[in-house]
Amino acid sequence: MTKGEIMTFANKIAAGAGAAGLSLFAALPAWAQEAVAEAAPAAAAAIPTPDKGDTAWMMISTVLVMAMIVPGLALFYGGLVRTKNMASVLTQILAVAALAMIMWVMFGYGLAFGGDANQIISSGKYFLAGVAADSTVATFTDGVVIPEFVFIAFQMTFSAITVALVLGGLVERMKFSAVMVFAIVWLTIVYYPIAHMVWYLGGDEAATGLIFGWGALDFAGGTVVHINAGVAALVGGFIIGKRRGYQKDIMAPHSLTMTLIGTGLLWVGWFGFNAGSALEANGSAGLALINTFTATAAGVLFWMLTERALGHKGSLLGACSGAIAGLVAVTPAAGNSGPFGAILLGAIAGIGCCWFVMKIKPRLGFDDSLDVFGIHGIGGLIGSVLTAVTMLPALGGPAGDDYVLGSQLWIQIKSVGVAVLWSAAGSAIAFTVAKAVTGGRVSEEVEREGLDLGEHGERAYNY
Amino acid sequence: MKLILAIIKPFKLDEVREALTGLGIAGMTVTEVKGFGRQKGQTEIYRGAEYATNMVPKVKIELVCDDALAARVVETLQQSAGTGSIGDGKIFVLDVGQAVRIRTGETGEAAL
Repeated sequence: MTKGEIMTFANKIAAGAGAAGLSLFAALPAWAQEAVAEAAPAAAAAIPTPDKGDTAWMMISTVLVMAMIVPGLALFYGGLVRTKNMASVLTQILAVAALAMIMWVMFGYGLAFGGDANQIISSGKYFLAGVAADSTVATFTDGVVIPEFVFIAFQMTFSAITVALVLGGLVERMKFSAVMVFAIVWLTIVYYPIAHMVWYLGGDEAATGLIFGWGALDFAGGTVVHINAGVAALVGGFIIGKRRGYQKDIMAPHSLTMTLIGTGLLWVGWFGFNAGSALEANGSAGLALINTFTATAAGVLFWMLTERALGHKGSLLGACSGAIAGLVAVTPAAGNSGPFGAILLGAIAGIGCCWFVMKIKPRLGFDDSLDVFGIHGIGGLIGSVLTAVTMLPALGGPAGDDYVLGSQLWIQIKSVGVAVLWSAAGSAIAFTVAKAVTGGRVSEEVEREGLDLGEHGERAYNY
Repeated sequence: MKLILAIIKPFKLDEVREALTGLGIAGMTVTEVKGFGRQKGQTEIYRGAEYATNMVPKVKIELVCDDALAARVVETLQQSAGTGSIGDGKIFVLDVGQAVRIRTGETGEAAL
């Protein structure tokens, strides 16, 4: 399959985000820049320049995703823990996000999108070698490019939020040092390879990401971000262990107000995450935008309805959780669904995640503290598999006449399987390393007193 | 002198304060407390995790008055803090040995 054919195929299936199409020039390893430069005069007329509208939109999208992490995710998670651990959650989220940014420009971008190597990993552009202000990457439309620095920064925020998401499963007990060691290992052996496998288009089939090559639909990161983070949190929960007093002591959220603020910031930021994954300011981004409203709204309502059906009151925490479940589920489908398909997706995710979190998790006996697996893992699974269904024109999806549901469904299931297995194995390694190097957990005394004082020497609140 | 110690429903505090100042009570100390008696607590549910809270929030009033006034204070407290349902609270009356106004050094009933 030639590059051109892959591109056409990619466009036809409206393949997801990411780097689906690095431009021919940008995708070459750094050492080839000179060769390109020599050939440049002849090709000069054909080199596209970035559109200012696209560029502006992608810069805004990038900073919107940043706002999802700090303060969005930090407050969402922070509100859900006990007062004595609030500062530790905020610190962990901020610190791993910062670490992920530095790692991304050093070698993360190189390993995920840096240049052709194989189907599992990229190689090249370490320390952003060869990238300049006029470097560009291709989007999903022939002849349309955006500045490579913008693309690098956009993808940087994805790696930062994904590793931060994992921490929700491990709050209130994991050492700060263990968190940082885990982040280094996990980003390197789990996030970068999966991002490459799902989103990298190489010069030929052998260098294109494995899952992308299959034709999997993942618009904004159902597998890369959510299944990946959810499975990692689950594995981490087993390796790091339960919080002391789990299912015995009162571990009620200390501030649902904070959690609501976090939910709102996540939702708003998610427009950058989903609509930005179109890589252009166009109709596909507009579709992702409206789907990010409708799926989320359905998630809010159907989580609360499920609570009622299970004999409880409709709750604020349920509404916030439903919003996240809807957002997660629509992530892979953002540009691969119509607005009503997205409602269906959000509703199924709201029901499925609520049922799992309230009825199944308590019996499994593991302490996924803030339900990262229950919401991101389960919601990601639902979204990634059902994206094959929301593509159908009958549901208002953007599939063409030659779309075959059965084969696409199989591709989606295979992709999810690879993501789950890769994340589980890599996360087991990352948590084991973190535990071996740092001890993993805080002492019993620190856990009782709270990680704010024990790990950071401060309190979140001084009344 | 008597120390009157009352545990009441929080929303009744203003009513109680007005009724007591009407009797000529010049000051009191109020604390937000938690406790349990016959009134049951409630159950909170967060994503399916149920937490039974046995402790119910209450307000504790402490005031000292002269012996002659104590019976009327208790009666007024009972009337103004009562709703007729369980959880209205309790009143205790204790003897006080001495009172001192820190600013002036006055003692006994003059210090109240």
